[in-house]
Amino acid sequence: MTPEPAKGAPAPKDNRWRLVEATMRRHGHKSHALIEALHSAQEAYGFLENDVLRMVATELRIPLSKVYGVATFYNFFTLKPQGRHTCVVCTGTACYIKGADQIMNVLEKKFDLKSGTTSPDGQVSVLTARCIGSCGLAPAAVLDGAVAAKLTPAQVVAKVEEWMSHDQH
Amino acid sequence: MISIEDLSQISQAEREARDAVGHQINVCVAASCLSLQSDKVKEELEKAVEAKGKKDCCKVRGVGCMGLCAAGPLVAVEKEKVLYQGVAPEDASAIVDALGGEPVARIQGDLEAPFFARQQKIVLENCGRIDPERIEEYIAADGYLALIDTLTAMTPIGVVQQVTRSGLRGRGGAGYPTGLKWATVNKSQGTRKFVICNGDEGDPGAFMDRAVLESDPHRILEGMALAGYAVGAQQGFVYVRAEYPLAIKRLKLAIKQAEKMGLLGANIGGTTFSFNVDIRLGAGAFVCGEETALIASVEGGRGTPRPRPPYPRSRVSGAIRRSSTTSRRSPTSRRFSATARSGSRRSARPRAAGRRSSPSRAQSPTPASSRCRWGCRCARSSSTSAAACPTARRSRPSRRAVPRAAASRNRASTCRATTSPSRSSARSWGRAE
Ligand SMILES: Cc1cc2nc3c(=O)[nH]c(=O)nc-3n(C[C@H](O)[C@H](O)[C@H](O)COP(=O)(O)O)c2cc1C
Ligand code: FES
Ligand code: FES
Repeated sequence: MTPEPAKGAPAPKDNRWRLVEATMRRHGHKSHALIEALHSAQEAYGFLENDVLRMVATELRIPLSKVYGVATFYNFFTLKPQGRHTCVVCTGTACYIKGADQIMNVLEKKFDLKSGTTSPDGQVSVLTARCIGSCGLAPAAVLDGAVAAKLTPAQVVAKVEEWMSHDQH
Repeated sequence: MISIEDLSQISQAEREARDAVGHQINVCVAASCLSLQSDKVKEELEKAVEAKGKKDCCKVRGVGCMGLCAAGPLVAVEKEKVLYQGVAPEDASAIVDALGGEPVARIQGDLEAPFFARQQKIVLENCGRIDPERIEEYIAADGYLALIDTLTAMTPIGVVQQVTRSGLRGRGGAGYPTGLKWATVNKSQGTRKFVICNGDEGDPGAFMDRAVLESDPHRILEGMALAGYAVGAQQGFVYVRAEYPLAIKRLKLAIKQAEKMGLLGANIGGTTFSFNVDIRLGAGAFVCGEETALIASVEGGRGTPRPRPPYPRSRVSGAIRRSSTTSRRSPTSRRFSATARSGSRRSARPRAAGRRSSPSRAQSPTPASSRCRWGCRCARSSSTSAAACPTARRSRPSRRAVPRAAASRNRASTCRATTSPSRSSARSWGRAE
């Protein structure tokens, strides 16, 4: 599945784009800055839109196919919009032994959230990672960028419920 | 233009300032302890010190990983040699009250426990002892001394020879002799060469790279600059996983500080040597730890490995054109700065220690030569049969025939493996096959 060709109006060049541009400028708009540019694009936009990929390709003078190839190669990049909050559950060896599967099970049973899915209200995305380097604190998860240690399924459920209820008001 | 005198001035001032503090409270602020809220503990300790009017004699500072992450958050009172473990923010005032008196027994950890007592830290010597966000503390621990000293007193070839003599070997798994790798790059023809530090720590359960990146980032920069000088590179890249945001933040800060002091950048220490370091972020691909994939990723492409030869260290690549690359693991780079500082004699010991994770073996009273080929101390030094050695039997029960064949093929590699402890020697045999 390749991005469709541009349809008339280019994506608006807003403040978010400026962040991406700053990164490319720092690297002199060289083609080897591609991954750096995609990192800051994902940080700014939350995910990699087709329009953004296209703009990055133009700016760095790289074929769109290559940009798409790189964006889909790496696990870290996502081409789908993410929820407002992310819950990355570690399913590495230590965490698995300490019950990461129970956390995943309860998320699926209670909220119908599997790895790589986002709740219908767009609030919470659930992802899995392999070993985040905090095995001594297993099972661990990264909740909105902060590592949470020695989690129980109940704690995760509470957190997700809290995130979801924020939506209501 | 920074000189050795400047460095010793900074380090003297730093040491005097430290001596003037009565009670130095160190709080671990590396990733594991932070995830157990050690930042809150630190805040509370600062508040408690302030509230109890002990501001003149107490100082609270953040340090890197102390090693016992599973018992975090850890707090150490430096001069009194007291360790607290599993500290909660509420414990802060009790800790401050106990300064100079009886420690709080409820949360006291044991510094004499085998976990600490049997470790001899070499690469991690500064971790948990210095504040990773202040370059002055690294300098006070004799940091950057090796760099300036080497730049002014040694030739690149001399550095390569010293590394070769030290017997330092790659920490990336294959144990390739670092001296040989550097010599190849030093001799190769490219006009632009690069040093790439492999900090893409993808193996589950491994966080030795992160420990150093977060707790002692300047050590990596110094090691890379030394490598750059030895091989004739002017640009270095550190490839760090994007999953380590704290490591990236501290490394960025360290690069800025070093550039400001003239320890990175153009004409370091007033010599003709210039060296810059850039960070490249990984994006969640385990295979990017492999060196050819790593280079592809640094160049902004898909991280796919490619067959060798040509070997990366003599390769002419696309984006990084006409360049030779020496890709080195971050442990090697760190180890090297420890090596250069204490001379090659000392680092011959770390080689005997094999993997970093078992440094205590380096002190083993049994000289390497009297160990058996498998590296254990079963004293069957002349034994060629793996079956005779309990270590070998335990570690490789099903592949007994491998070393015998390899031994007869290559005596030199036999000697090398002899000095490693059982696990890594078994591993190098695997590779030899
Ligand atoms: C699949 C694969 C994954 C690897 N992952 C890593 C890694 O995460 N970290 C690392 O330092 N080396 C890794 N390596 C080893 C590197 O390819 C390379 O040998 C090493 O960085 C060389 O540095 P050294 O000479 O200091 O050992 C990996 C190799 C392979 C084949
Ligand atoms: S396995 Fe989960 S942090 Fe290592
Ligand atoms: S992170 Fe605090 S001891 Fe390792």
